[in-house]
Amino acid sequence: MAEITYREAVAHALTEALDADDRVFIMGEDVGAYGGAYAVTRGMLDKYGPTRIREAPIAESVFAGAGAGAAMGGMRPVVEFMTINFSLLAIDQIVNHATKVRYMSGGQFNAPVIYRAVTGGGAGLAATHSQSLEPWYATLPGIHVVLPSTPYDALGLLREAFAKEDPVLFSEHALLYRLKGEVPDEHYTIPFGAADVKRRGADVTLVAYSRMVHVALDAAQLLAQRGVEAEVIDLRTLRPLDMETVYQSVRKTNRVAVVEEAWRTGGFAAEVAAQIQEACFDDLDGPVARVAGEDVPQPYAANLERASIPSAQKVVDTLAEVVGV
Amino acid sequence: MKVARADSKTELLDLYRHMKLIRVFEEACAQQYMRGKIRGFLHLYIGEEAIAAGAIPLMQPQDYVITHYRDHGHALARGMDPNAAMAELFGRATGSSKGKGGSMHLMDGSVNMMGGYAIVGGQIPLGVGLAMACAHRGDESLVLCFIGDGALNEGEFHEGMNLAAIWNLPIVIFCENNLYGMGAPVSEVLAAKDIYKMAEPYGIPSMQIDGMDVLAVRSAMVEVYEHVRSGKGPYFVEALAYRFRGHSMSDPAEYRHKDEEALWRQRDPVPTFHAYLLGEEGVSEAELDAVDAEVDAQVEAAVEFANASPEPDISELASDIIGS
Repeated sequence: MAEITYREAVAHALTEALDADDRVFIMGEDVGAYGGAYAVTRGMLDKYGPTRIREAPIAESVFAGAGAGAAMGGMRPVVEFMTINFSLLAIDQIVNHATKVRYMSGGQFNAPVIYRAVTGGGAGLAATHSQSLEPWYATLPGIHVVLPSTPYDALGLLREAFAKEDPVLFSEHALLYRLKGEVPDEHYTIPFGAADVKRRGADVTLVAYSRMVHVALDAAQLLAQRGVEAEVIDLRTLRPLDMETVYQSVRKTNRVAVVEEAWRTGGFAAEVAAQIQEACFDDLDGPVARVAGEDVPQPYAANLERASIPSAQKVVDTLAEVVGV
Repeated sequence: MKVARADSKTELLDLYRHMKLIRVFEEACAQQYMRGKIRGFLHLYIGEEAIAAGAIPLMQPQDYVITHYRDHGHALARGMDPNAAMAELFGRATGSSKGKGGSMHLMDGSVNMMGGYAIVGGQIPLGVGLAMACAHRGDESLVLCFIGDGALNEGEFHEGMNLAAIWNLPIVIFCENNLYGMGAPVSEVLAAKDIYKMAEPYGIPSMQIDGMDVLAVRSAMVEVYEHVRSGKGPYFVEALAYRFRGHSMSDPAEYRHKDEEALWRQRDPVPTFHAYLLGEEGVSEAELDAVDAEVDAQVEAAVEFANASPEPDISELASDIIGS
């Protein structure tokens, strides 16, 4: 067992893939000499050279599409979006091309490209650099949407991404890069569509993904102080989505809240809540609660920004108000 | 009419066959669309056959063709089975994409026909990526990426030209300038006066060619492919052409002047080349008639094949979305 950071976990999986397969290359803004805006690819240019660590111009559409095209031609590209906000400049290539080519070709072609995108707010970057857009991508058939919350999950899920035959959106939360965690020395992978119970509890279920898993765990601590034991489920992948693990928990606890950083309206929590009530209606002792990002462009001022993102206290308050816990 | 290098009579007849197949196939498409057998949008290539016939059959099997939604001609010239193409347009299980793509998305992996793409300019980034794969293989393969004049105003054109240039990729970006982006005259919506010169700031060599003259296209492309295969990087070609039909079947093209249409129709590439072969190359009427008969039979068979083919099984609705 070794303790590594979330950043090191991502870099480790990338390095393994670059070493194992000469069709793997990384392409994105400042992934070369700069080492990546979040320092994930630091040192890789020296080790692998400029054709494998491709310094791309600030032209997201073409490098996102070129990733898909190269994948169609047999390569295994990793495209880095400096932030998920910049993927909006490339959304046509992802929505209309990368995720459609398998279907539109009747299964003749596929585009196994990994899109890495830094997501989330809370760093004082204001409205255009703080969004959590993964629920949009999770509405798309033809893509895997992956959101690791720990170093262990980041390493196992990114290894799994390289084994996939279709586009993967691998979204790393900006505030998790320094998070440390244990990873085993022996090789492991984590299948997509397998939610993880991050904390056991019998009284209430908290469903979350990405950084909100940690907010849910903090909320569980607060609840425990008054004797309420929360079960915390990390979805880990939004597409494919493992609802069975959620249902099992809800059938035990009969009470549930879904926590996410994305906007409340039309967010992924709404989807999860809808599925829970369809499958577990008779098991529920109260409404399915949502604790989500406020429906506002994320503000700059620290106090306003804090108020726009779910906190542990807000999870506890919402449970009291909506679910009666 | 430029004389191409070392064209045997067989090669000349092949060029004619390619053009004629596209022409007859497209006419059959129009007919089947009117009969309700083909649905959705149908963009015909009639008038532009000399480009596909001149540029594509010269390519190597390992090369890639990627294009826009007016893609039937490119697919046929690349060697796609007309039966599979017509069945795709009919939305049948025997279609090239099992009926899931339709007219604007003809794809055939067996001949590296990487597809028609229906978002203007959207195929350019994909083509650039395919060229990265070619460069990695190091087998002198290349990408021929067709765009229309409308795509010149998309950012993806400029992003793609830049990326192809800075990474010295083996790709030909080929602009079929048929003078109208749907109904908008190119001169009204594009500031550049000389399209082929748009390659200049990227340091990409370029040329303007006559897209109504199959031999002119062919001899230009011999040179272009040599350049790209020798590792000298991308090339940009502008071919002037004219579509004789509207943008799609629902467009009567009322924005175009009848005199303009008549002028271009005088240069119709199929009869022009027919006359050239008869008059200048000593090809006999009987030889050309034989090609015509062969092509007619082929297209008739394709329509029959499509008509007789079953619709896709309902299980196809949710297959081919994601692999393992």
